[in-house]
Amino acid sequence: MSDTAKHQRERPLSPHLQVWRWHITMATSILHRATGVALYVGALIAAAWAISLAQGPDAYATFKQVMGSPLGRLVMFGLTLSYFYHLANGVRHLVWDSGHGLDVKSANASAVLVFAFTAAATVAVWAIAAMTGAV
Amino acid sequence: MASYRTPLARARGLGAAKHGVTHWIAERVTAIALVPLTLWAAFGVLRLAAGDYGFAVAWISDPLNATLMVLTLAISFWHMHAGLRVVVEDYIEVALTKSALLILNLFVCGLAGALAVFSILKVALGGA
Repeated sequence: MSDTAKHQRERPLSPHLQVWRWHITMATSILHRATGVALYVGALIAAAWAISLAQGPDAYATFKQVMGSPLGRLVMFGLTLSYFYHLANGVRHLVWDSGHGLDVKSANASAVLVFAFTAAATVAVWAIAAMTGAV
Repeated sequence: MASYRTPLARARGLGAAKHGVTHWIAERVTAIALVPLTLWAAFGVLRLAAGDYGFAVAWISDPLNATLMVLTLAISFWHMHAGLRVVVEDYIEVALTKSALLILNLFVCGLAGALAVFSILKVALGGA
């Protein structure tokens, strides 16, 4: 291999979807943004809840009917996943901001922890919801 | 011909835009506040989902619930505005589209946040 070819092969890569192999920390980074955007919609739904409550029993009943529909429940389930993911990964980011856990091994381990927490917390909340008659 | 300006003179005005750090810190401080607030709100949503209109009015009329709900929503919209702003700045390159989306982001967060907070105060203060 010539020096030029070797040099080109080892050029640093820009983090771009077409040239980077998928790995777990990349997935957690992308998901943090995606869930953040999803929660944006979630906050607008929360605002709609407050507005419907202020408008009276009829508007509130309509709001609850929409959110209790199969589509509404699907949206709420997706928002539950997004919330717990963004919460856990957000805490992970805060730990990084303090200067800890930035090495590859720790970052990979905390990524798995974030996914595990998201799954466990979502299942727990929907189990509580089913038991208390919220769904 | 060599410039007569000193390195300091050339560097002045080219550094930080003076407000990037504020944005970065605001994103993190709101995030820290939202950890306990949203966990509390999640349990609130569970109770509200199981209850009817009367329960929701009684629940939000409690001063503690009303205050925490107003804080949760206001800080959420603040945090969301900061977060989506970065997403727009990263992905949108056309200046006019970028400016339009940044203004839309601000107005949506401001309007939805104001409506939500006013609605909660109206119910909590007995206007519903």
